Amino acid sequence: MRSAGRSLPRPDLRAKLSGEAVFGADLAEPGMLHVRLLRSVVAHARIVSLDLDAARQVPGVVCVVTAADLADLDPMWGHYVRDRPILADGVVRFAGEIVAAVAAETPAAAAAAVAEIDVEYDELPPLLDVTAAVAPSAPRVHSGPPRPGFACPPSAVFGDGNDFYRWRVAHTRVEPSGAEDKLVTVAHEYAFPAVYQYAMEPHAVIAEHDGDRIRVSSTCQHPFLVREELALLFGLPVDRVRVSVPFIGGGFGSKSYTKMEPVAVAVARQAGRPVKLVNRVEDAMVTTRRHGMRARMRTVADRDGRLVSRDAEIWLDTGAYADNGPTVTMVAGMAAVGPYRWDRVGVDAACVYTNLPPAGSYRGFGAAHLQWIGESQVDELAEILGMDRLQLRRQNLLARGETMIPGTRPIDADLAGDLAAVADRLGWGPPLPGRQGRGISVGVSPAGASHHSQARVELRGDGRVAVRVGTQEIGQGARTVHAQIAAEVLDLPLDRVEVVPTDTGDTPYDRSTGASRSTTVAGLAVQRASEDLRAALLRTAVERWGVDPAVATLAGGRIVAGDRSWAIEEVGACQGHGDAGELAAGGATMPLFWEVCVAGAQVTVDPDTGQIEVRRAVTAADVGRALNPSLVERQDEGCALQVVGNALFEEMRFSEEGVLLNDTLLDYRIPTVADVPHEMACVIIENGDGPGPFGAKGCGESVFGGLVAALVCAVADAGVTVRELPMSPDRVWHAIRSES
Amino acid sequence: MTRISVTVDGTRYEDDVPSRTLLVHHLREQLGKVGTVVGCDTSNCGACTVLMTDPDGVPRGVKSCTVLAVQADGREVTTIEGLGGDHPVQRAFHERHALQCGYCTPGMVMAAVDLLREQPDPSDAQVREGLEGNLCRCTGYQNIVRAVQQAAAELRGNEAAVTQPVGVSGP
Repeated sequence: MRSAGRSLPRPDLRAKLSGEAVFGADLAEPGMLHVRLLRSVVAHARIVSLDLDAARQVPGVVCVVTAADLADLDPMWGHYVRDRPILADGVVRFAGEIVAAVAAETPAAAAAAVAEIDVEYDELPPLLDVTAAVAPSAPRVHSGPPRPGFACPPSAVFGDGNDFYRWRVAHTRVEPSGAEDKLVTVAHEYAFPAVYQYAMEPHAVIAEHDGDRIRVSSTCQHPFLVREELALLFGLPVDRVRVSVPFIGGGFGSKSYTKMEPVAVAVARQAGRPVKLVNRVEDAMVTTRRHGMRARMRTVADRDGRLVSRDAEIWLDTGAYADNGPTVTMVAGMAAVGPYRWDRVGVDAACVYTNLPPAGSYRGFGAAHLQWIGESQVDELAEILGMDRLQLRRQNLLARGETMIPGTRPIDADLAGDLAAVADRLGWGPPLPGRQGRGISVGVSPAGASHHSQARVELRGDGRVAVRVGTQEIGQGARTVHAQIAAEVLDLPLDRVEVVPTDTGDTPYDRSTGASRSTTVAGLAVQRASEDLRAALLRTAVERWGVDPAVATLAGGRIVAGDRSWAIEEVGACQGHGDAGELAAGGATMPLFWEVCVAGAQVTVDPDTGQIEVRRAVTAADVGRALNPSLVERQDEGCALQVVGNALFEEMRFSEEGVLLNDTLLDYRIPTVADVPHEMACVIIENGDGPGPFGAKGCGESVFGGLVAALVCAVADAGVTVRELPMSPDRVWHAIRSES
Repeated sequence: MTRISVTVDGTRYEDDVPSRTLLVHHLREQLGKVGTVVGCDTSNCGACTVLMTDPDGVPRGVKSCTVLAVQADGREVTTIEGLGGDHPVQRAFHERHALQCGYCTPGMVMAAVDLLREQPDPSDAQVREGLEGNLCRCTGYQNIVRAVQQAAAELRGNEAAVTQPVGVSGP
């Protein structure tokens, strides 16, 4: 292959390096106003009064918008649960909720007006923890049954309590033998903190509403779902809403689904002029985050080292609004099962409303939350049984074709091979001396999300090819991979292929940029569209020039038949269409593929400071086929460093009143160059077994499942058991003190 | 309003600015230099890093969200847009795949240029120390360090160090 499979430099980097790349905050429209938001300073309260008079008097202010201005709409949004008002209506449910929005000629005037708004709150007791929220006597964060959102799966069932959604599996493969005295059990409680995705670029939206049309430019990962949601909210047909996407400064899930678009459009509607809304870090942190979690797990093995059963109860704190919480809950529940041949497994995962800021998608969700818990229990069992931890995994691991969870796709990867590759690269062997430790972990996470991706590949008059596909370039390199796929099929040099930015007005439908689906699903649509264009070019050559179809081919931008050839542009305007729908052919079970989460780590723990030093981080990228190996390695490295942050020190801290305490990067520290592990290695595994182009399957999120777990296991191997993340120095120090 | 005269990327601009205007907002909103981005507003992320001459005329890296526009009066400012697109640091970042989303990149590149002015032949540890004030959430920083070393070698005229192919990970 000429393009696919090679570590070609990324075409999009040139604009990003020269400063030419236009990000959301760089955009401007003629006559544009600037929006500033008044956010609630309390976590739970009734709004007694809202005095806007002084704010409206501030020079430069064009309008001040509150829920009262939205009375002609059904202002509730949310793709999974329609539970969230555009602007707080009578009640605020978290500190940071948007109460009012000001549009003004300058940002300074808008900010000044926000400061002039007088709100009187009647404070109510907030629910700040899942345990409090599921107590029988707890007040309800939302009254009434949840309303399904427009993208809610038809099979979803909601409950009435704060634990409004549950994902459960209860499966018995082999009845208990009755030899309970031969069994060993580990059972503990665990916690994972709320963390912040921190895409370096906060959300930015430009919105225009001219009565019967909406035009939005937004830093969004899922523009087609945003279009659908805005159409629903503002009562317009989908084709009257147009969403375009500039360069995006990172996503990691924080820009998935709808975020700041509804309030921006509501203000534009009121103002009758285009508006610009740009979040700051403290806004972004209360816009979305990763779910905090509490869990209980119990794992049982027999004396021969056979993993027998597992039970888990999980409570994910989705905050005041559901966002993607139910999906996160499902994936967390699946991760709790673990890829082993259990006799019996029972998992009950709950998505719980609290009065904290809403939580949604963040890279590797669910696997990040649960894999470390299950894998640390496997390690504990190995210790009790006196077995090698790797060996205990090997003899219980599911093989390709075996089913982990009834009704889901059978395992579609060689997990034992992946585990062996990481163990080999890590240097698995006898225990390390002193406060050093090694850990290794294996898991799978459902990926692909949906088969709904289409693409169009157009030949232009100048012989260049434009790829239109709705995947967003959020840094991961999707545009490079899609260009490589088209270049491969059409046998063109990469610099003759351009992947065009998305405008829902003329880009074919793509459900979303997430769930590691861009190479596999959208990429398959690009491959099929390129093949369609190729066939059209060759067909034209046969018809127009009498070429023998048996010998006609494309080579280097020419149609070649024996000793004759024509430049492809001689065919004239021509295009191909592609669809990834074949992935759902024959009623295939979900997920579209399992993303393999295998990683290893080696650490040193300083007993005097509690500081953990990551000596080695080894990740497996089981990608079927690496269409750009450098991109695969860069994805895994970047994810590994996010894991270092999540596992070792990142944590959103809330006051006893539910107010975020560390809402700047000074207080919420993310990994710097000084936190990079001494050695990071990505082992690429290419078994050609993915459902995507040329046997590829997605990557980039799996490290969150694999490496958090490997780090926890490595720290335990170094003699420090931590069951609440992050493994911050103070927590590790206390754990060391309490053992002695 | 204060009258200031600032040379930005080789062009001299005379403007009246409110004294509270930050340099980054002056660059972006008044001069249209949106290649320099705002990340955190609190000088933690470094995405807004530009070079500004000190009183002795030496260009030094500054976080333009914590410099007032009036402090730039009489100085020369160089932004990512003034590097010309083919600067050895820009080229090395491209070849080494030292960026992904690109949001930290304008600041990271300017910080690297500043670092290499002070330390033309830095150790890896010196590169890490020099870039600790610039955050990146996409990469694992490894290839940023490699890119800075490649650019350093090129700026020193050492071709031998720049021949390792793109995409090959070190140990």
